[in-house]
Formats: sequence, C-alpha cells, structure tokens
Amino acid sequence: MRAPDQPIREGVTSPAALAVSAHDISLTFQTADGEVEALSNIDLDIAEGDFVSFIGPSGCGKTTLLRVIADLERPTAGTILINGVTSEQARVQRHYGYIFQAPALYPWRTIERNVMLPLEIMGFDAAERRRRVEQYLKLVNLSGFERKYPWQLSGGMQQRASIARALSFEPALLLMDEPFGALDEIVRDHLNEQLLRLWNQTCKTVVFVTHSIPEAVFLSTKIVVMSPRPGRIIDVISCNFPRDRTLEIRETPEFLKIAQRVRSGLRSGHSYDE
Amino acid sequence: MTRSTFSAARPAEIRWHPTFVRIAPVVVIVLVLIAVWYVAAVLMNLNLVRGAFERDDTPYTTGQLIAGTMRAERPLLPAPHQIVQTFAEDVFGWPVTSPRSLVYHGWVTLSATFVGFLLGATFGIVLAVLIVHVRTLQKSLLPWIICSQMVPILAVAPIVIVVLGAIGLRGLLPKAIISAYLCFFPVVIGVVKGLTSPDPIQGDLMRTWSATPAQIFWKLRWPSAVPFLFASLKVSITISLIGAIVAELPTGAQAGIGARLLAGSYYGQTIQIWAALVAASVLAVGLIGVVSLIERWVAQLMGARS
Repeated sequence: MRAPDQPIREGVTSPAALAVSAHDISLTFQTADGEVEALSNIDLDIAEGDFVSFIGPSGCGKTTLLRVIADLERPTAGTILINGVTSEQARVQRHYGYIFQAPALYPWRTIERNVMLPLEIMGFDAAERRRRVEQYLKLVNLSGFERKYPWQLSGGMQQRASIARALSFEPALLLMDEPFGALDEIVRDHLNEQLLRLWNQTCKTVVFVTHSIPEAVFLSTKIVVMSPRPGRIIDVISCNFPRDRTLEIRETPEFLKIAQRVRSGLRSGHSYDE
Repeated sequence: MTRSTFSAARPAEIRWHPTFVRIAPVVVIVLVLIAVWYVAAVLMNLNLVRGAFERDDTPYTTGQLIAGTMRAERPLLPAPHQIVQTFAEDVFGWPVTSPRSLVYHGWVTLSATFVGFLLGATFGIVLAVLIVHVRTLQKSLLPWIICSQMVPILAVAPIVIVVLGAIGLRGLLPKAIISAYLCFFPVVIGVVKGLTSPDPIQGDLMRTWSATPAQIFWKLRWPSAVPFLFASLKVSITISLIGAIVAELPTGAQAGIGARLLAGSYYGQTIQIWAALVAASVLAVGLIGVVSLIERWVAQLMGARS
C-alpha cells in the first residue's frame, strides 16, 4: 500500500497504481432495532483503469461500500485510500464523479445548466464551462437538448445527462450506483455499450454497482461478488474481454462461464440464509 | 333511434361554447347566493320596517312592507343592490383624496398591508433559514413562533399601538407591525418545509462536489423552497390585509377600511360596513391575483411544466 503522503496523481500512467485501496473495512449502523453490520472486513484493491462491478443481492452492502469509497459514509473500522489519499481528502479534492440510480437532475435547471452545476460550484470560468458542457453532452449523445428541462427528456436521456454532469469536471474515478437499474432492457443494453465506449476512450477507473449478472460480466474487468448479513466479499473474478467488446460476446462460452461462476458465488453466499 | 355510443348518426348534441361551460357554474352559484340574500334581507328587516309603519300609524300593505325592506336606511341586513350602490358611490362618487372616498381608505389600509407584508415575509424567510441551519434554534424557536400565533391579536393590538405610540411611532408603522406579526407565520412554516424538501441524493451530490454551505443554500435549498414560498405568500398576503384592518380597529384610526368599519358600527350604518367589507374583499382578491401572477412568472423562469 502506498503511503498517504505520496503525491496524489503519481503514476497515473502506470497500470499498477491503485485507484482504491480498502483494508479491513467494517461498518456498523446504529438503528432503532440495534446494530446492523453493513460491511464486514472488506479488503479490496482497484487498479487505475479498471472497470470493477460490485454484484450481490439487495442488502449485501454494495451501495454502502460505494458510499464509503465516496466518503458519504464513514467506516467504523479499517482504512481506505483513494488515489493514495484518504477518502475525505479525495472527496474534497473532487477525485471522483458519483452517479446515482436516479438521475437527480435539478428540475429548475435546463440540461446544459444541470451539467454546468458542478463546474459552477468548482469555480470554472464561463468559457471553460460552456466548452465542457458542449463536449460532454456530445459524448453522451445529447447535443441539441441543451435548452430542454429534465422533464422533457426520457429516463434514459436524463441518466445520460447525469453521466455527462459527472464527467464534466473530469474526475479520474467514476462511482456508479445501479445507474441503469430503473431503465428498461433495451435502453440499458444501449447505455451499457455507450458506457463501455466511454470508458475505453477516457481510460477512467469505474466502480459500478449492479444486481444484473449479464451487465456485470459484460462491463467489467473485475467482478466483486458480495453477500449479505454481514456484507462481505465472497469472490473476486477477473474478466478479461477486449476493451472494445460488443454485446455479441454475451453468447460466447467464456462469457457464460464467468456468468456461471458469479451465479454460483451468489448462491453460496445465500445458501445458509434461507 | 338507439343510444348506441359508436353510432355516427347520433342525434345532434347541443354544443355549448367552452367559455360558457366554464363560467356557467360560477354564475349559477352567484345567482343562487344573491337570491338567498334577498330572501334573508326581507326576513331580517321585516320587523324593523313594520315597526316604523306602526309607529307612524300609517296603514301598509304586504307589498309596501317588502318594498320597505329593500330600501331601509339602517337595515339589519342590507339588500345586495344597496351595498353595490353605496360601494359604487363611495368608490366613484368622491375625489380619491376625500376622506369620504373608499379609494382613499382602501389605499391607507393597502399601504400598511404592503409594508407589513414585506416586513413579515422577510422576517419569516430569515427565521426559516435560521431554523433550518441552526439545529438548536429548531428546538428553541419553533414553539415560540407557534405560541405567538395563539395570542388573540385583537387583545394585543391596542397594547402594541399604545407602546409604539409612546415611543413616537404613529400612523402606518404600528399597523404594519401588527400586520407583519400575523403574516410571518405561514412563511416560516412553508419556507422551512421548502428548504428541507430536496431529495437526500441531491444533498449527497452536493457533498460529492464538496460544495460550500452557501453554494448548497443558493443552488439547491433556495430554488427548492420557491414553490413552497409562493404557497405561503398567498396565504400570508390576505392575513396581512386582515392584520392591517384589525390594527385600525382599536386605535380609533381616522382612515382606513378598519376605521370605516368602526365608524359604520358606531352610527349603525350597516350599508357602509358592508361596502367597506366589499372593498376589503376586492383588495384581497387583487392581492392574491398579483402574487399568483408573480408565481406563474417565476415558475416559468424555473422551467415548470405549463
């Protein structure tokens, strides 16, 4: 593990550099009916440029783990480093963009002003803001919709706008919490392909929460299988399809083999539960 | 012919003009109310008129009796046309600077309403912002705010006016303060609700961008509160008009709709009282209309679905 005092972006080009390094993370929520152990002894390294999926049944702590990486929750034990700094420093220094299941666009702002919002907050000048909004709306195929309000767009388009918003300030790390969970299968396949293309073009690190096995296998370089009560990692599966893969790989034997391994991992984590 | 729904050759239906369809129910209700009012006016003023005839020992018919109830000088319940007539005379019959003009009195009350509304709304917004941002205030301030509204304003108004008069404040300002005292409450409640209305994930987003508290306020909380603010302002502006009128009652004010009401009741001028009440409701409708117009304009700027 790197020491926290090392320069933040050191070794961006080196494939071995760690975007996320979690060591022995545990998190216990105090609720009205007593303690809930949401995460238990999580050890996880995510290399820069990786596309990592967290998969597991609901309540397995996959979203909580993502929120811990984002410093939206504090672990009760363990250490976590993002690009070599603490998660709080990483949040304050805006190392990551976070995409929620809901687009969470501000209804009183047009699409372009929604994408501009983080840039306003981070103090980019007006010309740079306009340039980036144009660039990233184009990247997610939303050119021409700048002046529309969110309610005038479909769910899939809204989610693309929220991705453009997360990309606009060019974070090296994207945290995505079931971003396509509320969308139908066709839109979802389409957005998966777009996301893959985007990841391939920008060389970002992506951490992706999902409960869909095909989605996880299709997108990821690494699949983290999790299990509930307490939330823990039960398997980490590497998955090395070419970076420019297409939806057709879902029919190949390798794909099915990995999907099978994910499924059996989920089943073993679940077996004593019912 | 059968009443088949899909038959193209249905008997021609009467197609009313859409404007008529929209207005007809309102007109019908108004006509019914006016009819009920006339009946009530006859019944309530009957004894009064009969008494007058009997005092003078003049013989009278039922027709004369009923006609009398329609034009009594100090009726218990004036007939609608009497009120309309007096209202029109008081509004149009005098120069607007004359103390006999309802426009003059309306303006006096309206100016106190405006100042009171501005004071009250501003005070309410400031309180709401404090309550939302300072945790201890939420517990310590809110009970007092609620208590403040339990005090009967008619009892407090004279005290406030005497106290303020003692320190040299007379005229518009004491009335505005009483009006503000009544109207800040809905604003506090509405704006607190509005400022805390954003979805938690929108707050989380702000956190992931490490936004400052000021940025969170101006870019998230305040815009979220605007629809709630306008709902409150519409309630608040009528309350502030009532506040201004109430403030004119205990002070023996020389001018204002409250003063007109008071003078009317001193001298038994029921028609004058009713005319002043009509003036008050015309003002209230106008004020709500203005707030609604501004609301619609702001909603358009904020991209609301039209």
